[in-house]
Amino acid sequence: MSAPLILSKSAPLIAAMSARLIPSPRVLKALRRSLLQAIPTVLIIVILNFFLLRLAPGNAADVLAGEAGAATAETMAALRARFGLDLPLMEQLFAYLGNLAQFSLGQSPRYNMPVAELIGQRLPNTLILMLLALGGALAVGIAAGAVMAAFAGRWTDRALSVLALLFYSIPGFWIGLMLIVLFSVKLGWLPSGGAETIGAVHSGWDAALDRARHLVLPTVSLALFYVAIYARLTRGAMLEVKAQDYIRTARAKGLSPAAVTIRHTLRNALLPVTTMAGVHLGGLMGGAVVVETVYSWPGLGRLAYEAVMGRDFNVLLGILLLSSLIVVAVNALIDLLQATLDPRIEVR
Amino acid sequence: MALLNVEDLTIAFPRATPVRGLSFSVNPRETVALVGESGSGKSLTALALLGLLPSGARIASGRVAFAGRDLTALKDRDLRAVRGRDIAMIFQEPMTSLNPVLTLGDQITEVVRLHQGLSRAAAKRRAVELLDLVRIPEPQRRVDEHPHQLSGGMRQRVMIAIAVACSPKLLIADEPTTALDVTIQAQVLDLLDGLRRDLDMALLLITHDLGVVAEWADRVVVMYAGRKVEEAPFAPLFAAPLHPYTRGLLNASPRLEEGHHHSLGPLLEIPGSIASAAAETGCAFAPRCPLVRAACRTRVPEPMAAADDHSVACPVTFTRESEHGLAVG
Amino acid sequence: MTSFESRLPAVASHGVDHGMDHGATDAAQSAPPPPAWTNIHAPDALRATTSDAERLAPVGRWRATRAYLRNPTAVIGLLILAVVLAAAALAPTLFPEDPLAMVDRPLQWPGQNPDYPLGTDALGRDVLAGLVHGARVSLLIGAAATLVSVVAGVLVGATSGYFGGRIDDALVKLVEVFQTIPGFILLIVTVAIAQPTIPAITLAIALVSWPAVARLVRAEFRALREKDMVMAARGLGYGHTRIILREILPNALPPVIVMASVTVATAILMESALSFMGLGDPNTISWGSMIGAGREMLRTAWYLSAIPGLAIVVTVLALNLIGDGLNDALNPRLSEGR
Repeated sequence: MSAPLILSKSAPLIAAMSARLIPSPRVLKALRRSLLQAIPTVLIIVILNFFLLRLAPGNAADVLAGEAGAATAETMAALRARFGLDLPLMEQLFAYLGNLAQFSLGQSPRYNMPVAELIGQRLPNTLILMLLALGGALAVGIAAGAVMAAFAGRWTDRALSVLALLFYSIPGFWIGLMLIVLFSVKLGWLPSGGAETIGAVHSGWDAALDRARHLVLPTVSLALFYVAIYARLTRGAMLEVKAQDYIRTARAKGLSPAAVTIRHTLRNALLPVTTMAGVHLGGLMGGAVVVETVYSWPGLGRLAYEAVMGRDFNVLLGILLLSSLIVVAVNALIDLLQATLDPRIEVR
Repeated sequence: MALLNVEDLTIAFPRATPVRGLSFSVNPRETVALVGESGSGKSLTALALLGLLPSGARIASGRVAFAGRDLTALKDRDLRAVRGRDIAMIFQEPMTSLNPVLTLGDQITEVVRLHQGLSRAAAKRRAVELLDLVRIPEPQRRVDEHPHQLSGGMRQRVMIAIAVACSPKLLIADEPTTALDVTIQAQVLDLLDGLRRDLDMALLLITHDLGVVAEWADRVVVMYAGRKVEEAPFAPLFAAPLHPYTRGLLNASPRLEEGHHHSLGPLLEIPGSIASAAAETGCAFAPRCPLVRAACRTRVPEPMAAADDHSVACPVTFTRESEHGLAVG
Repeated sequence: MTSFESRLPAVASHGVDHGMDHGATDAAQSAPPPPAWTNIHAPDALRATTSDAERLAPVGRWRATRAYLRNPTAVIGLLILAVVLAAAALAPTLFPEDPLAMVDRPLQWPGQNPDYPLGTDALGRDVLAGLVHGARVSLLIGAAATLVSVVAGVLVGATSGYFGGRIDDALVKLVEVFQTIPGFILLIVTVAIAQPTIPAITLAIALVSWPAVARLVRAEFRALREKDMVMAARGLGYGHTRIILREILPNALPPVIVMASVTVATAILMESALSFMGLGDPNTISWGSMIGAGREMLRTAWYLSAIPGLAIVVTVLALNLIGDGLNDALNPRLSEGR
């Protein structure tokens, strides 16, 4: 009896809600535009990296041969032929591009497995680390920045500003080591490295908890620098917005300071902050490399490090390409978010 | 009884006092124009009434009585209940006075939901009504649009819709048409005047445009360098302005037809600017005044009643006019 | 293109004046007809706005210097940097011996042996000597990499911003590509290719640092090239080079100087991360490599990692304090009344 009534009552509500969730044509157009713009960027990156890496002295065959001990000229030639290293440079590039078109990143001489597979294994770990650090840095940074702006010029602001500047000056790998000393060595609260406790057979919640515990320190180490950036940025943006005429309008309506801050100031101040989050993505990726080596985190960063050490060019190329692609993709998402947040962004 | 009574209002910055000892009143349903050039303190006065002074500025002394309550003594919470409900305000810059990321509907419903406790749906309906009231075409569609999709004149109408949403008793309009195209100016002022009648509001019109004053104001308060120099109903002020500054204004205004100014000799220009008149050792207008006497530079003139409803803060013109009046009478 | 532009910091585009009594100035700008009494329009005495024209007036060096020296945190930054510089300069005098040489029993904690106030490492090397010699590498690489990236960034940014058109499109794309590639990964790859020597590391850091400078300079040039004085210089028939170097560049410099101080800080951070990972120059001691070596002993002798890390933090913090101080002193517009 009442069920149809509820349904009919809530139908327009649901329609309204889904209208909010489904991106408008304007937003979709913005997304398409940024993706189209990304194509030449990605292409340039691929070619650039390829040539950069081919400049390198020594190659995978040399390294493998060196590791294998005495290598004869024949085995070297065989190794070269096997990895296509004896072909002319341009042919190597075209071969690489051809493979790329088929979503193949080539073979890793060192690990003796397809690069795509190798990267695929490590990628999720890096993505989790990056997204957690980015999300955490945004949340804490924006909150701190809002507090700083609310108390601008007073001691709360000053204290947080000094703290932000300090965070901004601490190398991520060093704070990583110090956190290990404090929380793993001295207090014994958190694991000092790895992605999960080796040898422990966990399932369900225990496994999730175990992974979460392993994530805490790397995330904090990576996020700290960006907390500082977003706090400073939010503070500036909030102060900028606070001086706008529409904030005065909002106050003249009789809204409470909290309502003015959250509905009017913060919403507008978030625009430059999300923009900068996109700019810092590459930096975050680079930061992940260092932090991953500190915590033996089995992600892309550590793979890159190992690939450099082993002169495994295919893997390095793959990682460079993929990390750039991730930056491009997340930037497209951020464009989408911006178009949603800011109705003034029009498709030109 | 006056709806709004401003008594001896002084607004101070740490190193400046832009408004000094200002007193005036606004009666219910009346339009009072607060006239003065940039820097005369008229906009600060408007902001002070609602407790919206910019940081650094404060009300150093004086009372702002609204319907018998002193607004300067209210707690912030109580003052917020007055803002937007009993006293509303519209600003000079329609282009920047609306939040760019919120829809028109969001910005209108916000105020009615706050003060009248309307539900989301009822508030939305009210928003459409209000847009219709300020004569925005297709309000059903416009309500979901964003400010950047509207012209300046349309945005100012939206500001007016927000301001009158809770049927305030007093509407403060700070240079509401200065930023608009001339052709739009009259429309917006007509709209304001019509709403004033329909909604029984009083209107405090802050402007530097004497054309606006001539057409819409019942009473005029002229400010110079933070002080009131003359106050009178519209007709006597325009017919026989007393203060040399007012006379200068009227002569300087090309919008007034010939014949309105028959005052002391030709004062086609007021030389100098307020910046050059900042010293407070006498009448602030003295450096620019064509009728200045030695005494003007030593003592700040007090407003004196030239008639029941006409006061002027100039001993020079005050005596001459009253002598003239006596001679006639 | 769009993303490039929209990503510039928001500060430059907005004026400071959101004042009360807009009357004269704003009416004149957005102005339909001249208002009724133009002849007595007064400049707004209370809310004088800093116009672009004023900003173009050469910033008084003395005024900026005084503003800087009145800022206590900025002065502290300068003092710290002076101490680090002195340590770097005096390193060969204070510790003439090779900092990589074993001098005493290994793993003495700080304070244990008065001869080695900061202790010795796992190989019996003097930590304090390492620290002082490490300052040389950090500062040298930081300064040199910044110099290279500023020169490159100014060249690219000025060309791009001044000429516009196709050159601009191409250079913007280039900058965009460099900003998309994760900088640190590119740095690792470059250093690995070019062999880890100090010049190579310096150039590699410059390679990943210049795009930010270029973007800033381009934005400044785009804003400045339309200004009256540049138009006037064009009208006088001055050549592009002269206009770029003499008319625009001096006005675009203050933000570049601020950015340079921050670039030194990030360059030091990058160098330390590289050395920490073992990708630095193996023949010189650096703070990062000291932390990397100390890492092996983290559980038992954490001071080996903590001390050089603190040196990095203090130096980088000093540079950032200087950057903030310079920003406030050179761009008063941006911090005024905030």
